[in-house]
Amino acid sequence: MNASESIGWWGVVLGIFAGALRGGTPFLLVSLGECLTEKSGKINLGLEGTLLMGAMSAYAVSYHSGNPWLGVIAAFGTGAGLGAIHALLVSRPKVNDVAAGIAMLIFGSGLAFYLGKSYIRPSAPQLPALSLGGWSELPQLQAALKLSPLFVLGAGLAFLLSWAFNCTRWGLRVRAVGDAPVAALALGMSVKKVRFVAIVLGSAIAGLGGAHLSLFYPGAWTEAISSGQGLMAVALVIFARWRPVHCLYASMIFGGTQAIAPALQAIGITSGYYLWNAAPYVLTLVVMVITCSPKRTLAGSPGALGTSS
Amino acid sequence: MSVTIPPHVRPKHPPDLELVGVTKRFGAFTANEAVSLKVKAGTFHALIGENGAGKSTLVKCIMGYHLADEGDILVGGHSREIRNPQDAYEYGIGMVYQHFTLVPAMTVAENLVLSRPDLPAIINWRNEFDRLYAFMRTAPFQIDLDTPASQLAAGEKQKVEILKQLYLDSKFLILDEPTSVLTPAEADEVLGLLRAKVVAGELSVLLITHKFSQVLNFCDDVTVLRRGRQTGSGRVKDLTADQMAAMMMGGQREPKIVPKAATAPGPVSLALRGLCADRDNGVPALVGVDLEVRAGEVVGIAGISGNGQRELVEVIAGQREATGGEIRVQGEVYTSTRAEACRHQVFLLPEEPLRNACVPHMGVAENLALRTFDQPPLARAGFFVSQARIRAKGRELIARYGIKTRSPDTPIGDLSGGNVQRAVLARELGSGTARVLVAANPCFGLDFAAVETIHGQITEARNRGVGVLLVSEDLDELLALADRIVVIAHGRFVYETTPATADITTIGHHMAGH
Repeated sequence: MNASESIGWWGVVLGIFAGALRGGTPFLLVSLGECLTEKSGKINLGLEGTLLMGAMSAYAVSYHSGNPWLGVIAAFGTGAGLGAIHALLVSRPKVNDVAAGIAMLIFGSGLAFYLGKSYIRPSAPQLPALSLGGWSELPQLQAALKLSPLFVLGAGLAFLLSWAFNCTRWGLRVRAVGDAPVAALALGMSVKKVRFVAIVLGSAIAGLGGAHLSLFYPGAWTEAISSGQGLMAVALVIFARWRPVHCLYASMIFGGTQAIAPALQAIGITSGYYLWNAAPYVLTLVVMVITCSPKRTLAGSPGALGTSS
Repeated sequence: MSVTIPPHVRPKHPPDLELVGVTKRFGAFTANEAVSLKVKAGTFHALIGENGAGKSTLVKCIMGYHLADEGDILVGGHSREIRNPQDAYEYGIGMVYQHFTLVPAMTVAENLVLSRPDLPAIINWRNEFDRLYAFMRTAPFQIDLDTPASQLAAGEKQKVEILKQLYLDSKFLILDEPTSVLTPAEADEVLGLLRAKVVAGELSVLLITHKFSQVLNFCDDVTVLRRGRQTGSGRVKDLTADQMAAMMMGGQREPKIVPKAATAPGPVSLALRGLCADRDNGVPALVGVDLEVRAGEVVGIAGISGNGQRELVEVIAGQREATGGEIRVQGEVYTSTRAEACRHQVFLLPEEPLRNACVPHMGVAENLALRTFDQPPLARAGFFVSQARIRAKGRELIARYGIKTRSPDTPIGDLSGGNVQRAVLARELGSGTARVLVAANPCFGLDFAAVETIHGQITEARNRGVGVLLVSEDLDELLALADRIVVIAHGRFVYETTPATADITTIGHHMAGH
């Protein structure tokens, strides 16, 4: 407490910064997964369920095996499995991806709660942090720079995806399928296959977000662990205009605003705590109002999104 | 995703292509019956016929979209089974479609590169751009490689489609009415360049067209289809346009041209004052244009696609906001609201009617009622819409305008392009109350019977005293219909003339923006 007071308002800034890195990671991984999925022309609203299943399975596997990295792999695999169900559902004719996604959301979270009942108590081995703050004397800065390995992975993934969409055959095909399925067919692509891969991979990446939740921050398995972050990440993709690197920035902003209330509390400002907790939602609204324009089309929106083709 | 390579080497020279007795049925409907045609290597072959004659089905059999029920396709003298477009590609056959196959969100460069079947897993854009620039130096027309396809006008998209096939090094090109959205000079240029490649023995072309002038000027041989059957073929130099028309229509037929009544133009019905508008990307498309269209007058806007015509029509239609200036209709400021359009009876025949004037998933009758469904007699008390009356009104218009549809409830998106255009025409002009009509490329991709109907309707509307603004990339159309022709280039009106005094070279010069 004394240390916090000694650096005053800088503590708030650092707190928000630390929150951006820590709290932003699930947003980042889920939004990257959703970004990839939507680029292929389908929506996966079930990623909230995937996030919970990822968190639960990572925690359970880490607990039983004693190796948190096996937990991360489990979360990835669970995400891929749920994604495969969603992908198979939406590849059927006349299946609406929004409705299927909501079903998958309820299925995923229900299954996570059911299977996760016995893991609420015990404590599982956690992921090691990457400490980049050793050069500093300030304990706050050292704490803030204890990075989640999954954040580093996610940040790298954002740039990797961005590059892949522009400079790989696979990336161009995902974009083509998502923007003009008819044209993609005329070019001899299998729309179903490309979408299947994109949805499964996207869901698997979202599953990694769950591993961050239960194995790093907050670092335990509870049913309230995701608190709707999987759904907010869907909005975040629109906010980021379907650009992976913008997903990175956007999730850091979201993670940072989440941390405003605790950071203020740490320097003794407790009034309006719950109001500050609403900051991410207010921010979403403000950004949407500023960036939307009736004169321009929503640049970047994949053409087939929300259509039955 | 790997492309299977049949035991066959991609040809370096155009192959002979022969169809023998090809029959294709869809259920009880026979689209092609025992059609035979031969395209010798290095020749320019025309395939002509009315809409629905089975031309597209036939070429789709060559491309592997459809498998013929009977008959044989011979490539280079050997019977080949073409199961999909990749197979066709392997035989060096490529097609330019009537419907665009570009990915709108991608740039021209990305679209061209994406079409390469041998695309490497990781794309080195520097190498790709080197290849693209080298290719563009030999290309018949120039398109900015960094423009997203969604920003291109129809004519430019058509050019990219042709460029794509040339880029793929196809040796046998199938062109499905590729020149409908090019200016006459551009069309001649494109066909001339392809013709030169054919004469040099580098290419064979199968051209689907409605224009006899193109057949006569560029083609070696012709095959005529009528209702799925082959009704004639031969060397072009042995035939006249009348003979080909007779083969197409099944007998001699006099064209029905509605004469322009000699009326003096009335008061100004549509006026543009300093109108400005931006493209989707915020770049100015219209830079303060002024124009007056009087009642009983057709003002034609000529220009190469992409010079602001699309934005002009969209502003008048209310699809795009003007960034400056104003529109006046019958002297009153017009902001393109539904109430104003109804009060002033402003009607529209936009380009790409399925996209701009229809709700594809709604029925034909419902689409026909889009202007009037909330007014009596289709709605009671301005609120309760009568489906029965909409359907009855729809049936009447369907019969009067000869719209070919299975039922009034068939989704309009299932209709052929010509019939969608007829339906929009019926909705916009069927009531006969129009006072202002704005038409944009109303005949894109239609056969000459349909073109005649639409031209007749426009001239009749003019004779009734409607002020008509006709935006068209087809100069012949403007010369036939317009009372005045205004040329647009780079978002400005740069030249005005009348059909009587028009000089095509001068118009072309201004279109090019000089």
